[in-house]
Amino acid sequence: MPELVEKLSFYLEFPFVRYAIVVGVLVSLCSSLLGVTLVLKRYSYIGDGLSHVAFGALAIAAVLKVTNNMLVILPVTIAVAVLLLCTGRHARIKGDAAIAMVSVGALAIGYLLMNIFSTSANISGDVCTTLFGSTSILTLRLEEVILCVVLSCIVLFVFVLFYHKIFAITFDENFAQATGINTTFFNLLIAVIVAVIIVLAMNLVGALLVSALVVFPALSAMRVFKSFRAVTVAAAIISVMCSLIGIIVAILAGSPVGSTIVAADIVIFLLFYSISLIQGRDA
Amino acid sequence: MDDIIPLIKCRQLTLGYGSKDLVRDLDYDVNAGDYLCIVGRNGSGKTTFLRGIAGLLKPRSGSIELCEGLKRSEIGLLPQMTVVQKDFPASVEEIVLSAFQGKRRLLPFYGRAQRDRAMECMALTRTESLRKSCFRELSGGQKQRVLLARALCAAERLLLLDEPVTGLDPESAETMYRIVEDLHQKGMTVVMVTHDVDVAKDSATRVMDFDSISVKGN
Repeated sequence: MPELVEKLSFYLEFPFVRYAIVVGVLVSLCSSLLGVTLVLKRYSYIGDGLSHVAFGALAIAAVLKVTNNMLVILPVTIAVAVLLLCTGRHARIKGDAAIAMVSVGALAIGYLLMNIFSTSANISGDVCTTLFGSTSILTLRLEEVILCVVLSCIVLFVFVLFYHKIFAITFDENFAQATGINTTFFNLLIAVIVAVIIVLAMNLVGALLVSALVVFPALSAMRVFKSFRAVTVAAAIISVMCSLIGIIVAILAGSPVGSTIVAADIVIFLLFYSISLIQGRDA
Repeated sequence: MDDIIPLIKCRQLTLGYGSKDLVRDLDYDVNAGDYLCIVGRNGSGKTTFLRGIAGLLKPRSGSIELCEGLKRSEIGLLPQMTVVQKDFPASVEEIVLSAFQGKRRLLPFYGRAQRDRAMECMALTRTESLRKSCFRELSGGQKQRVLLARALCAAERLLLLDEPVTGLDPESAETMYRIVEDLHQKGMTVVMVTHDVDVAKDSATRVMDFDSISVKGN
């Protein structure tokens, strides 16, 4: 045990480890907050779809040799999010089919582009890193960290400010609209925020694992807690704890960061699921 | 009592989805103090009409006019329950309070007056003891009464109900109808879509039959 602590404090000396922890906490906090809404609105899969789109956009940015690839990834992902979330029930291609189509399409095109216009000697290594985020969180530059902090703070601010409106719309969009809430605007806002979070989270856990950050904390919290506020707060705490544990374990054990975080999320989900079973038996 | 004051005037109203018109060239007034029951077969346009009044659906042509200074935020709607709501983790209080969101532009919290009003509405619908309960753990009848309490918080003058007793056992349905009847006695204007012709005959002050309207319209 003492040598583990020593090893940890040794690693914490390095700025890239501290960056990883700051980014990890913020991203998991934001993704869990919106995750509750997405899960309840039956949009869980949207996180997955959008992250694939972000992967495709990243490939395009690489091909175009854009130095700051966020300039390509963010707008593309936001545009697709708006398209998917806002066309909603009246679209000609129904929600889940549209998401499947867009996500697989983006994944394929992204890989294709990366292969054809490859600039690096190790394509499969690059692709694996983007998909599973094996090390990217440990190679963050300071400006990426600052961008992440700024965007996360905006997301948090918007969420807290509109918390009650987001609840009203999640629970009953028709009623919300009838009482005079501008549901179109708020759906648009939610879509944009989700896209931003997905892009940020891609750095942390990689494109394929993003939806775990969105879905697991919300589902765990929903097993046990009985009010929307309790679920939201619990999801945030669960998500941040899991990310911290995941990052620290990954550093100490040398395992990939993304999948270690998701593994922690799965363990917590199973724990909460058992608690809910015990609660159910008492009731 | 006998003065007829229209709250909502529909003129030459056409409503529909996609390529289908469900309501065509309808002239109709909802008057203050009405207990209006809308009956008719499935797909005859009852709910579409209600959604039109609630402002959820823009008229294809014609107009829906709110009279007597009636505002959108004074209309309370009880929509049909969705799948999403059935297992929603939220407390009854959170749901009832959410009715006030249309009235608060930006403030991220609720005032004392709104909390008091919410308690009042929960008392009227006999849900005050459920205040801290989780919505997904309630029975069908309790859920529907909670949603009625929410509609009531929003409704200062007009209450719109879309098949409020669907899926309820006879006893819960009876309770629901009695609450609505009480509200009407206290001066609320009620518009209710229902399949229950008996209730329409017994309690309603007016009945609107969409079967005959759609025959005429087509």
